[in-house]
Amino acid sequence: MKYTSQSVAKPYFIAAIGLFVGQILFGLIMGLQYVMGDFLFPEIPFNVARMVHTNLLIVWLLFGFMGSTYYLVPEESQTELYSPKLALLLFWVFLVAGALTIVGYLAVPYATLAKITGNDLLPTMGREFLEQPTITKIGIVIVALGFLFNVGMTILRGRKTVISMVLLLGLVGLAVFFLFSFYNPDNLVLDKMFWWWVVHLWVEGVWELILGAILAFTLIKITGVDREVIEKWLYMIIAMALITGLLGTGHHYYYIGTPEYWLWIGSVFSAMEPVPFFMMTLFAFNMVNKRRRQHPNRAATLWALGTGVMAFLGAGVWGFLHTLAPVNYYTHGSQITAAHGHMAFYGAYVMIVLTMISYAMPMLNGRDAANSNKSQVAEMWAFWLMTVSMVFITLFLTGAGILQVYLQRYSENPLPFMVVQDQISLFYWLREAAGVIFLIGLVVYITSFFIKGEEARLTKAENVISD
Amino acid sequence: MNETFTKSMARNIFFGGSLFFFLLLIGLTTHSVRGLPEQDNRQNLTEEVALGKKVWEDNNCIGCHTLLGEGAYFAPELGNVYERFGHSKEAIKGFIQSRPVNGIPGRRSMPQFNLTDQELDAIAAFLKYSSEIKANNWPPNIQG
Repeated sequence: MKYTSQSVAKPYFIAAIGLFVGQILFGLIMGLQYVMGDFLFPEIPFNVARMVHTNLLIVWLLFGFMGSTYYLVPEESQTELYSPKLALLLFWVFLVAGALTIVGYLAVPYATLAKITGNDLLPTMGREFLEQPTITKIGIVIVALGFLFNVGMTILRGRKTVISMVLLLGLVGLAVFFLFSFYNPDNLVLDKMFWWWVVHLWVEGVWELILGAILAFTLIKITGVDREVIEKWLYMIIAMALITGLLGTGHHYYYIGTPEYWLWIGSVFSAMEPVPFFMMTLFAFNMVNKRRRQHPNRAATLWALGTGVMAFLGAGVWGFLHTLAPVNYYTHGSQITAAHGHMAFYGAYVMIVLTMISYAMPMLNGRDAANSNKSQVAEMWAFWLMTVSMVFITLFLTGAGILQVYLQRYSENPLPFMVVQDQISLFYWLREAAGVIFLIGLVVYITSFFIKGEEARLTKAENVISD
Repeated sequence: MNETFTKSMARNIFFGGSLFFFLLLIGLTTHSVRGLPEQDNRQNLTEEVALGKKVWEDNNCIGCHTLLGEGAYFAPELGNVYERFGHSKEAIKGFIQSRPVNGIPGRRSMPQFNLTDQELDAIAAFLKYSSEIKANNWPPNIQG
């Protein structure tokens, strides 16, 4: 660690992993509710479990992004963080606000939560992923502003690199597009249109800038490849991400009451959305192949390569699978969507945060560069357990989705929703089993942090290409 | 990537391309918003429907159901439930009212939300209004 203020990243990473565990536990509860409908009913109805599952995901990824930024920016800017105290204060504000919101979801009926948090004054609740009480949303904006101020001031007074500027642009975009969550008109179609300005322009827009910047940073550190080369790749990746992704918003405007021309615009542009993800895969493998040093943190290298591959599969391939309007006509809002959502979020955003944690945590724990070999082996086991089980979760949901689409929407005698759900329950059981393996992987992952041992060093032969 | 393709060219493609397509997105969105009155059934957007949307949101219905294909995939699509229930607001209200408090053993069940009569009327009106939005002929059939 080059700058002491980078250490503020550590609580952010620990909180992220803690919330990640909560997310997976609630995922398993929901998975069980899919096949045992009365499980935990009426104490934790499905909608509450889902809210906790998705909101925890968003919050822990934000913790991960912020932690990554606090680690990355001082090193790129070659200066201490503007205010480590502000960073720690915002950490506690965000954690307490997040925890209170989750407790609110679980402790009282949602309608009561809406009432006591004053949703009547400025109704923003009750929309997918934006379920947070309005006061929580305002809190998120305040935390984001303080965070951007702190990071912005650091970059301003230090070296300005392409990586830190792209990261900052992505973070500013994240904050700006979140403001659309306060726009909730009575008109359902308008509401839906601009709801996507948060959701789509986040995950298929500005978040890709954040992803690209963090990936570029870790690849520079791990491979020692020339910054010029890496930055050129980064620009091309994010250029393709926005060129395809901005009008790719259209693939959400097919069947929600928006004009017909979106069927064409959405199909054409979103069909190209896999391109930037494929470039990320090429980028990661190319840089690792051209490495000028052998980094002792092999686990971090594995995560970085894995991010490229899984983001391409989850966001790229599984997105393309149902993005063309005539296909989406049948798959819209089915288990196919769920399949894509799972692998895309895991492959792109979960894995990039875990890449950064893998790279930075040894230094944050006072090591030179890497954990012990034993610890790294455990972490790599966790990588494979989580990644392979996520592939299976996705495959089982895809199986469920194909059957659902056929039985409910395509066959000659379409069956009612609940009849179809019963018929495809085998796939839901298999998905739940894969989910249990994922949890085991997560336990192994956390265990790896507690495995001590002497720091992994390079052998003499390996050191030959190091500079 | 080869040497003739420089970093500044890549940067220009990024800034130029992103700005161009962002402006195009704003333009197309504006155009769509202007065209919405023909499709979004706003002539039937009464105060009761607006209240219904509020009831829909305050009870997090989207946490289990889809509405025009968006939401959770645990319970049936409701964008066409008005048609599925025989064009009957009463049937919708009756279904919501009759949910058992402790659920149905072994099966998925909608919670009992204890809605008032006014809220029941409103949610039914909202679902009728939603079913009349022109969504490019989606869903494919009555099953949603």
